[in-house]
Amino acid sequence: MLLQMRGLPAAPSRPHAHPHVSAAPPPTLRGLRRRPLSRRLSKVVSYYGLTTPPYKTDALEPYMSKRVVELHWGKHQQDYVDGLNKQLDTSPFYGHTLEDMVKEAYNNGNPLPEYNNAAQVWNHHFFWESMQPGGGGSPEAGVLQQIEKDFGSFANFREEFMLSALSLLGSGWVWLVLKRNERKLSVVNTRNAINPLAFGDIPIISLDLWEHAYYLDYKDDRRAYVSNFMDHLVSWHTVTLRMMRAEAFVNLGEPNIPVA
Amino acid sequence: MAFRTLASKKTLAAALGGARPLATRGVATFTLPDLPYDYGALEPAISGEIMRLHHQKHHATYVANYNKALEQLDAAVSKGDASAVVQLQGAIKFNGGGHVNHSIFWKNLKPANEGGGEPPHGKLGWAIDEDFGSFDKLVKKMNAEGAALQGSGWVWLALDKEAKKLSVETTANQDPLVTKGANLIPLLGIDVWEHAYYLQYKNVRPDYLNNIWKVVNWKYAGEEYENVAV
Repeated sequence: MLLQMRGLPAAPSRPHAHPHVSAAPPPTLRGLRRRPLSRRLSKVVSYYGLTTPPYKTDALEPYMSKRVVELHWGKHQQDYVDGLNKQLDTSPFYGHTLEDMVKEAYNNGNPLPEYNNAAQVWNHHFFWESMQPGGGGSPEAGVLQQIEKDFGSFANFREEFMLSALSLLGSGWVWLVLKRNERKLSVVNTRNAINPLAFGDIPIISLDLWEHAYYLDYKDDRRAYVSNFMDHLVSWHTVTLRMMRAEAFVNLGEPNIPVA
Repeated sequence: MAFRTLASKKTLAAALGGARPLATRGVATFTLPDLPYDYGALEPAISGEIMRLHHQKHHATYVANYNKALEQLDAAVSKGDASAVVQLQGAIKFNGGGHVNHSIFWKNLKPANEGGGEPPHGKLGWAIDEDFGSFDKLVKKMNAEGAALQGSGWVWLALDKEAKKLSVETTANQDPLVTKGANLIPLLGIDVWEHAYYLQYKNVRPDYLNNIWKVVNWKYAGEEYENVAV
């Protein structure tokens, strides 16, 4: 469960809330904060909280405006969180980790009702952490070497990421993933909420291609949005950490033959 | 193909959906239809900026990419390249669907001071009462299905030309209504792609859906209905 460490909110906002345990809720849980004071009569209605991007909402300007981050995070992602919590009230997925839900509710391509919200909560959290102020450009060291090994060159990778993003028809995501069996990095795009965990891939970067992610800043110019993400926003720091974790599950080097 | 310029368009260009042969290549090309009203004429329900971008950028791009794909298809067929022919189907469906859907959408809208939003009378009005209970119930159903649609797509009032029955359908992305059934005729299509409302309504798609009824051209839908069903 590689991404469990990362795919879920970090400590203060990671709700392990259990409806029968009335421990004091973390302050960031909106649903919990609103619940009635009387514990006897109260019912927990919120299982997942809205996680906070690891920078201020204006920190990605001018490539992603404060307005876009505020709406995207504060409205769209919040709606997915609220929608998921509402479903979990009566769902068999109550008690699963977010990552397990994303894998299991995909249901081999016939997504269950919880899938859309669960995957979008996961995707957005992962997306915000895929960026940083002053990001972009080229990675270094091991990450760069792996990209060069798997794509030929960094320029080839950038080109492939761009083409994949532009060829996605409709709403969805473009990803850099680590393929477990092939033991190599690959670019994939997915429709709507679909998350590559469903195919056994390990996500490394996600970029949201729903129009709400860029329309206020770029209108119909998806190319400029993706280009700016690559040149100014993508966090190679996060990528390095994610690659390190991924390598605990996928051996990218030559096979280690023990000396007898 | 040349994009239409900023000026407002009052005239409807050549018959929508009509293809004209391109003399040099013999491949039909499609053109961006003019809007039958000004970009700002649907305000406040839909802003002029949205209409301008939607028509000049989004619809124009579908037309351009549709023509490009058809040209590639022609080349692939001439060369007998079967796998290229198959590979082009996605682009043709998406861009061709985008052209078909938007061409209908523009005709489905009408400024409020020219009769937009006036509920359907006549035979379509009766048919709606019969198949949905009332006009309000139809509106509620389309609003609910439009709001629930995940990702990008369309919500339709469809007429089954054999069964002569109305239904509400949704299609993903730019899939045209015919992908839901060969007998289905679109009477009204509502674009629920975010580009159709985001600049004005942001994340609140239900508000867009509530307001668009103020500029729906029911006269057009009624005529389509009578052409087919009567």
